Amino acid sequence: MTTKIESTNVDDLIKTKKRSQSADVWKRMKKSPTAIMGLILIIVFLCMAIFAPLIVDYEADAIKINVIERLQHPSKDHWFGTDEFGRDIFARIVYGSRISLFVGLISVSIALSIGGFLGSIAGYYGGRIDNIIMRVLDVLLAIPVILLAITIVAALGGSIMNLMIAVGVANIPGFARVVRASVLSVKDQEFIEASRAIGAKDHTIILKHVLPNSMAPIIVYATLKVASAIMATASLSFLGLGVQPPTPEWGGMLAGGRDYMRDNMYIVMYPGVAIVLAVLSLNLIGDGLRDALDPKLK
Amino acid sequence: MLKYILRRLLMMIPVMLGVIFLVFFIISLTPGDVAAMILGDGATPEAIVELREEMGLDDPIIVQYANYMKDLLTGDMGTSYSTNKLVSSEIGQRFPNTFKLTVTAIILAVMISIPIGVVSATRQYSIFDNVGMILALVGISMPSFWTGLILIIAFALKLGWFPSGGMEGIRSLILPAFTLAVASTASITRTTRSSMLEVIRQDYINTAKAKGVSRSIVVRKHALKNALIPAITVIGLEFGVLLGGAVLTETVFAWPGIGRLMVESILRKDTPMVLGCVIAFALSFSIVNLIIDILYAYIDPRIKSNYS
Repeated sequence: MTTKIESTNVDDLIKTKKRSQSADVWKRMKKSPTAIMGLILIIVFLCMAIFAPLIVDYEADAIKINVIERLQHPSKDHWFGTDEFGRDIFARIVYGSRISLFVGLISVSIALSIGGFLGSIAGYYGGRIDNIIMRVLDVLLAIPVILLAITIVAALGGSIMNLMIAVGVANIPGFARVVRASVLSVKDQEFIEASRAIGAKDHTIILKHVLPNSMAPIIVYATLKVASAIMATASLSFLGLGVQPPTPEWGGMLAGGRDYMRDNMYIVMYPGVAIVLAVLSLNLIGDGLRDALDPKLK
Repeated sequence: MLKYILRRLLMMIPVMLGVIFLVFFIISLTPGDVAAMILGDGATPEAIVELREEMGLDDPIIVQYANYMKDLLTGDMGTSYSTNKLVSSEIGQRFPNTFKLTVTAIILAVMISIPIGVVSATRQYSIFDNVGMILALVGISMPSFWTGLILIIAFALKLGWFPSGGMEGIRSLILPAFTLAVASTASITRTTRSSMLEVIRQDYINTAKAKGVSRSIVVRKHALKNALIPAITVIGLEFGVLLGGAVLTETVFAWPGIGRLMVESILRKDTPMVLGCVIAFALSFSIVNLIIDILYAYIDPRIKSNYS
């Protein structure tokens, strides 16, 4: 009887502890005006991506070539002007947000799951497994991320799918390193030893005890990496290696507008501002999260 | 110290072998028949088969890799599919241009970022610090190719101060070098600031202050020297970012370096040239990292003592 009461008490305690921890992080993050600005910005971009069909007409505004209306400066009809094919730049930016956010999120998920798997195994088991995994990743790390992504996309061909694979694979070693480091920092703590002592299996220990307790740096890193994945997506498309025209993509829009920018500055201005704001918002959130999760640094 | 450098040099060999194999493997995934592409549309199937045989394209990838490595050790990186020039001589010709661009950019970045980072940290939360940090965040978030386009519009097309592209004289270096430097400047500033902040709170800084050492000497001699270690790491990492960024900056400014060569070769499906460019990039990145590690050991006696 008494034990039962005690156990519910402990459960309650754990629950309140957990809630208060994330509430604590949120409370600290709320105090940072820059982090809040980042959150608002990213919510705007997410809404833009989700509700794009309600905002503009994809076929008529973003894709259809309309020679009569080409290269029109910003006006009431075309907020951001029209491009060299007479397509509405605002409509193309709205639809472009879908590709940028989608590729950014999926490629980071690829990198996080594969890199996270390799990193946690390397960190948890150590020794020879660690050595083999890390030496292989050293090879990947010897090539700058964007160059590796360019090489992969060059071999596979330019498409949204290949773009996600390229950016994702190029980011695997970074995630493996971060996950490995944070696994190393918790794996020797007493509660891990305790669960091993009561006979928990390795994968249970890693998934249920090690990873949840080493989440903080991983979340921060992932947020910042979505930002750089969006940048990489735009870069590859700018080089003509990523998303192929006429699909609207921010970097591709800049490449197309280059030849006309002397007299039509807006044509390279707005897509660039969209990239900067999207990347900036995630950087702001990442920074805010880091400060909120690790009050020591402040 | 010498032993440490030698050890690091030896460690580089397996990594470079791995890099070349990896890139070789990735590029071999490219669909399409290279032999048919070289010979053009009018080629007979027999001629294609013959060329495939001659180039060893039907061999297993590991054999092709071994052959490539054998040639590479004698300095032979193959011949371009599209221009028939030697890959090694083309890269040798273009590499100094990329080197000039990235080194100028990193020098610019260090010269701007370290002072700003130090002042920001010593006056934490002042207007200077707040504005500086917001600018640094925006700087990190700006894609280099867009920065380049905006600088071209402003300083080449509107004001006409600098050429909008090409490589003629020192004036043509300024815009691309500055473009390339923006992101690195921003991240080195941030690192310098945060490591300065950490160092300033250490006890020995208080001791120095209590002894009556002047503020500027405390900052320069006691704080900055220790704070530079993380900053140097970031400078090394930034070099990789710079090399990647060079691909974009060189494309925007029509700068004749290996970054632009690589993009052009990819679009022409010129595999030996692409392979050569990636190897050149990876090798220079590894060498920079080695130099950084040596510098690191030189500055931080704790590391040196591990290897002596």
